[in-house]
Amino acid sequence: MFEIVIGLEVHAQLNTKTKIFCSCPTSFNEHQNSNTCPTCLALPGALPVLNKEAVNKAMMFGHAVNATINEKSIFNRKNYFYPDNPKAYQISQFDVAIVEDGELMIDFEDGSSKRVGITRAHLEEDAGKNTHEANHSKVDLNRCGTPLLEIVSEPDMRSAEEAVLYLKKLHSIVRYLDISDANMQEGSFRCDVNISIRPEGQEEFGTRVEVKNMNSFKFINQAINYEVNRQIEAYEDGVYEQEVVQETRLFNTDTGETRSMRGKEESADYRYFPDPDLLPLIVTKADIEKAGNIPELPDEKKQRYIDELGIRAYDATVICADKAVANYFDEVLECGVSAKNAVNYLTNELNGLLNKEGLTIHESPIDAQKLGAIIKNLEDDTINGKGAKKLLEFLMGEQTEVDAAIEKLGLKQVSDDGAILAIIDEVLSNNEDKVEEYKGGKEKLFGFFVGQVMKASRGSANPAKVNELLREKLG
Amino acid sequence: MTLKEALNLSPEEQQSLKSELKAKIEASDLNAYIDSSDDGCGGVPIAIKDNISVKDWDVNCASNILKGYKSPYSATVIENLHRGGMSAFGRTNMDEFAMGSTTETSVFGKTLNPHDKNCVPGGSSGGSAAAVGGGLAVAALGSDTGGSIRQPAAFCGCVGMKPTYGRVSRYGLVAFSSSLDQIGPITQNVEDAAILYDAIAGHDSHDSTSANIEYKPTVIDSDRKMTVAVIENYLEEVDAPTRKAMEESIEALKSAGHTVVYKKMMGTKYDISTYYIVAPAEASANLSRFDGIRYGNRIEGDNLEELYLKTRTEGFGDEVKRRIMLGNFVLSSGYYDAYYIKAQKVRHLIKNEYEQIFNEADLILSPVTPSAAFEFGTINDPLEMYKSDMFTLSINLAGLPAISLPVGKDDRGMPIGAQFIAKHFDEQSLFDGASSLEKIINYKG
Repeated sequence: MFEIVIGLEVHAQLNTKTKIFCSCPTSFNEHQNSNTCPTCLALPGALPVLNKEAVNKAMMFGHAVNATINEKSIFNRKNYFYPDNPKAYQISQFDVAIVEDGELMIDFEDGSSKRVGITRAHLEEDAGKNTHEANHSKVDLNRCGTPLLEIVSEPDMRSAEEAVLYLKKLHSIVRYLDISDANMQEGSFRCDVNISIRPEGQEEFGTRVEVKNMNSFKFINQAINYEVNRQIEAYEDGVYEQEVVQETRLFNTDTGETRSMRGKEESADYRYFPDPDLLPLIVTKADIEKAGNIPELPDEKKQRYIDELGIRAYDATVICADKAVANYFDEVLECGVSAKNAVNYLTNELNGLLNKEGLTIHESPIDAQKLGAIIKNLEDDTINGKGAKKLLEFLMGEQTEVDAAIEKLGLKQVSDDGAILAIIDEVLSNNEDKVEEYKGGKEKLFGFFVGQVMKASRGSANPAKVNELLREKLG
Repeated sequence: MTLKEALNLSPEEQQSLKSELKAKIEASDLNAYIDSSDDGCGGVPIAIKDNISVKDWDVNCASNILKGYKSPYSATVIENLHRGGMSAFGRTNMDEFAMGSTTETSVFGKTLNPHDKNCVPGGSSGGSAAAVGGGLAVAALGSDTGGSIRQPAAFCGCVGMKPTYGRVSRYGLVAFSSSLDQIGPITQNVEDAAILYDAIAGHDSHDSTSANIEYKPTVIDSDRKMTVAVIENYLEEVDAPTRKAMEESIEALKSAGHTVVYKKMMGTKYDISTYYIVAPAEASANLSRFDGIRYGNRIEGDNLEELYLKTRTEGFGDEVKRRIMLGNFVLSSGYYDAYYIKAQKVRHLIKNEYEQIFNEADLILSPVTPSAAFEFGTINDPLEMYKSDMFTLSINLAGLPAISLPVGKDDRGMPIGAQFIAKHFDEQSLFDGASSLEKIINYKG
């Protein structure tokens, strides 16, 4: 048996207004090379000036993962030639990172959790983009100089599932902190995965393979599984030394395979040295303390939901994983409904409908106010559970007020004793034989009578009332 | 005409001064200038070294690789000149990327020494110094990484000053060695140097290494009595005429009422070793941006690697290539600790050594060069050439301000310079001392 060892390097673009070393905007989708200046074009004589907001966001992250925030950190030059890297060096914190030695907890479905260490998180600049056409290439430097926080984990994860849970937690934390848009499609949250295997019980790590530039949870999962299988097979076939070498591999999303970039990186020597254009980054204790004023984090929120609202741990995890979902949930609660109903209607009913349509909570046609109104109507007996579900389905496709929809669908339930009693009498007189059987001890038939009454009311009778009155009637 | 005098001219007179200079430049065979561009801003014309960006001007750093590049922005010092009633006028020649001591490595050909055309003008700001020394400029800006202002100023018989590291913005100066480079004035006398220095100094938010400290304009007091330390062992490393000129300077200082104390330093061989690790290391990265992709002189290739190789092989001259290779070597894994880190440690020792001397002295007096300007072709070995900067390098390594001024002539009549060194950000003492010595020596070009 083998143990899988995974470590992750995540690059999160920080959502500062301007770039990390110049005052160009970081806006996305602008005309090529329009967000540029002498500094990010690396014109002769231009110099970098550090964006303080990027530093602040890095410190906020440090607080969020209980890390050490260094009062002094160093920017180095990482030297390599490539057209998307106009200075031919990337400025990156190599010697001393601003954030070191942090941690976060990942939560499993069974309610258990595990600590994953964060080695460091350091500031650096993003590169531009090259696009290749027939016999020429184009360089767009709009992205060049966008601040990145590179978050490096300890090799603490033991399965693809753990790796994805870690990424999701990290993703959730940076969103809660509002330090990154963390949009995986746009590449503002991407990761390199380091994977190795070792026979169970072996102390030393196996050979580490890096799969670069992953930007979807699904592909990361696939890539890890493919790579683990490849390495195990090589081990079992006795060709581990030959097949598994320390290298960078790329994941092919079409084939689901990883392939070697061997040759390209083999002899890379980045000749790191401290950037003489930037003095060591010094932050004061006061700066660090100030950056500790961060919003409520997913784990805190989750605990608060469990403690104050009595929500199950698993439900709380699901709601808190995504800041947008948690905000939605809070808004539903503000409508004065019970936490239990809010959880149920959000995580089961609405979520199911959204998944079917492939929509996110942001795109939900039913906003929190509407869901709150639906639950409110349920709780004051205006509609019943079945009606509430019908109402949800209807409102997914129709922009109508909740009250109008109830009216239109005729979902208002009958709670009036007289009206319900009339239906009960009718049902009982039509089923005299069953009434006899019931009275003779066949108590299971109670459900049958409830069903018949509900049916006769076309679902509009208040089920609780029906139960209550039926019991009285049948003695 | 001095800078001080020129600043008092009317705009019309300043304009005719420019025309006069233009005619002189065109008639001159010194090759001090690459061209006589005018930034069009009124004011006293200041000649600008070819590594300081002026909007819409070519900035070539005397290199083939930057041919065709025009800067879309002006260096902070140029903006500062404009505020001080001065303007950029004329591009002066230099060693390619400021790497050299003779201005011979320029792609625009060598500059001649105005005192003897068979002699080198010094470098790398040889064009600026020859222009001022040859009467082709009122004053000029140069840059000093290891002596590139002070050494050519000494060779051409003018005053050259390197400010404290961080005192003058480097924004717009094409970087050679970022932790050593400073822009400074080359002028006809000490007072002009102070005027030009005052104009360009001060904090700049575009340069993270620019010192954000209070800046007081210079008011020269040449009657101030100071303690001047002389580096005894340096006097033994210069030729006879230079030693004589130094000793006369020392006597002159004593006669003017200054106190002279004698000190020793650990030796210039450590300065040279340290400098030729730190400067090439930084340069190797600074010059990597010249890759032919975005600007300058691209040589096409069949693929990216070939484009890089051809562009850089044909674009850079031998001395620049030598230093890029040296820099890449000392930064390589396996050598980094032995060279780069060790050099940083020695750099600290050098700094400490100066600090100790400054515990007892206001200024240090030292030779600028081991001899006056030598003839073209007499030094061909690069290592021998590096030694011609032996007395200037450590000042850049320590980040201190220094000023070179002419104090005598050798038997050929070539100027000999001496330099004062002051504490960090104590340019005031530098100008006071230099002005005092200038008065007594009464050097006549």
